[in-house]
Amino acid sequence: MQTGRVFAFAAATLVAMSASAWSADAPPGAASCSGCHPATQGVTSPVARLNGRDAAQIVTAMTEFRTGKRPTTIMDRIAKGFTDDETKAIAAWLAAQKD
Amino acid sequence: MQRIDQRYSAHRLSRRGFVKAAAAASALLPLPAIAQGAAGRVVVVGGGFAGASAARALKKLDPRITVTLVEESNTFTACPFSNLVIAGMRDLKEQQFGYDKVAASGVTMARSTATAVDPQARSVTLANGSRLSYDRLVLAPGIDIRWDGLPGYTEAAANVMPHAWKAGEQTLLLRRQLESMEDGGLVVISAPANPFRCPPGPYERASLIAYFLKAKKPKSKLIVLDAKDAFSKQRLFQNAWKELYPNLEWVSLSSGGKVTSVEPASKTVVTDFARHQAAVANIIPPQKAARIAELAQVADRTGWCPVDAMTFESKQQQNIHVIGDAAIMGAMPKSAFSANAQAKVCAAAVARLLAGQKPDEPRLINTCYSVVAPNYGFTVAGVYRPKDGVLVDVEGAGGVSPIDAPAAARAAEASYADGWFKTITTEAFG
Repeated sequence: MQTGRVFAFAAATLVAMSASAWSADAPPGAASCSGCHPATQGVTSPVARLNGRDAAQIVTAMTEFRTGKRPTTIMDRIAKGFTDDETKAIAAWLAAQKD
Repeated sequence: MQRIDQRYSAHRLSRRGFVKAAAAASALLPLPAIAQGAAGRVVVVGGGFAGASAARALKKLDPRITVTLVEESNTFTACPFSNLVIAGMRDLKEQQFGYDKVAASGVTMARSTATAVDPQARSVTLANGSRLSYDRLVLAPGIDIRWDGLPGYTEAAANVMPHAWKAGEQTLLLRRQLESMEDGGLVVISAPANPFRCPPGPYERASLIAYFLKAKKPKSKLIVLDAKDAFSKQRLFQNAWKELYPNLEWVSLSSGGKVTSVEPASKTVVTDFARHQAAVANIIPPQKAARIAELAQVADRTGWCPVDAMTFESKQQQNIHVIGDAAIMGAMPKSAFSANAQAKVCAAAVARLLAGQKPDEPRLINTCYSVVAPNYGFTVAGVYRPKDGVLVDVEGAGGVSPIDAPAAARAAEASYADGWFKTITTEAFG
């Protein structure tokens, strides 16, 4: 029954890989952020990296961009396109991104 | 989970096969072909912002998907910021990107051109004679010039009156012509009707050429002849022109701006009301989706490709997705940012579909920076969602930079534009 064990191991490994691959699946809107906010280190840009940032900070910033409390050149126009729930989901996903 | 079990039982692997598969998977070495085959084969045609981004995103989403990127060139030359090259403010080399990092991410590069698509057999034929089978095809071919779209404007004419709407040699040709022009010469830009690649592009170009002329050839004049009465970021551009470039004149459609023919022998640009003999003529001609879209039967009578707003699958052919400038994306403009954003959404949808899952309803963002002078930039932004089968603006979001923004905000946006270029090219090409 060695085959059975190996099979189970192979299947489990693939399932685990599959799960981790799917966790990269971004909530609606999140994939667009890295058009301006560098997803990888080593890009020199005045625009902040968001990967690995605290989710609550991102939500607060987006809320304040939307209400006009926080000054910005462009994020007010973008933040207004997302509901609180959408913003929270995007922020949680960004916070979970390593690089 | 169920899918993987089915795969293994379906292929009835030998014990030895199982051991090999397990060893390969556990060591995170390249997976056996059987696992890759089961995850699916995706062919991406076109290595621009859309295609390169889609290929990389697919490998990131699921490394088991076999991704082949069909692109003939070794080097991609980016259009965004190429107006700075024309104005002598930037080197063309800064616009150029190779595919080494795309290949390093696990994408197979097919250095050839797609010459045919068989949607029934699900295969792409390449100019080098080989055939690639696919489960899903992503077409990101960009634009072709409509050589029948403007009387007199042939491929030979473009060597005299460059379009410079595909970056590279055309960009350098226009730059050389401006550099060698005598002070006092007339520069004419012809801007096309909608839709076309990069809606604010002709006006950013006019601004930066005007900047060059003001500094180097101050007796010269620039006329923009337009087939439209309105254009992207219009008030922002026109305010900047009023402030900076008195020698720049914009002629709208209703003022007789539509170019009806060109005469390359004398560099004459003709409208219904006037003949402009130019020292330098930049003809931005009508465009359409690149030829492979027609061959794959995904382009409609407009010359562009209608797609589903959730997955960007062609409305005319199953299993073929179209992204970037070639596609009709509703309210989303044809920009590099849009192409990259669409690529990531498309990759996620394709990965889901290959896995037998349902794609999420997407949201997309576009951001377009324009620079009219050093330290003087502004933007248009939009947020988009599918509604009744097309991408529409999310109400209350988007729009252009404030018309009365202070100089510091214009300078900030110019510096963000620099950052954006580095980020978006790293997103696409690594």
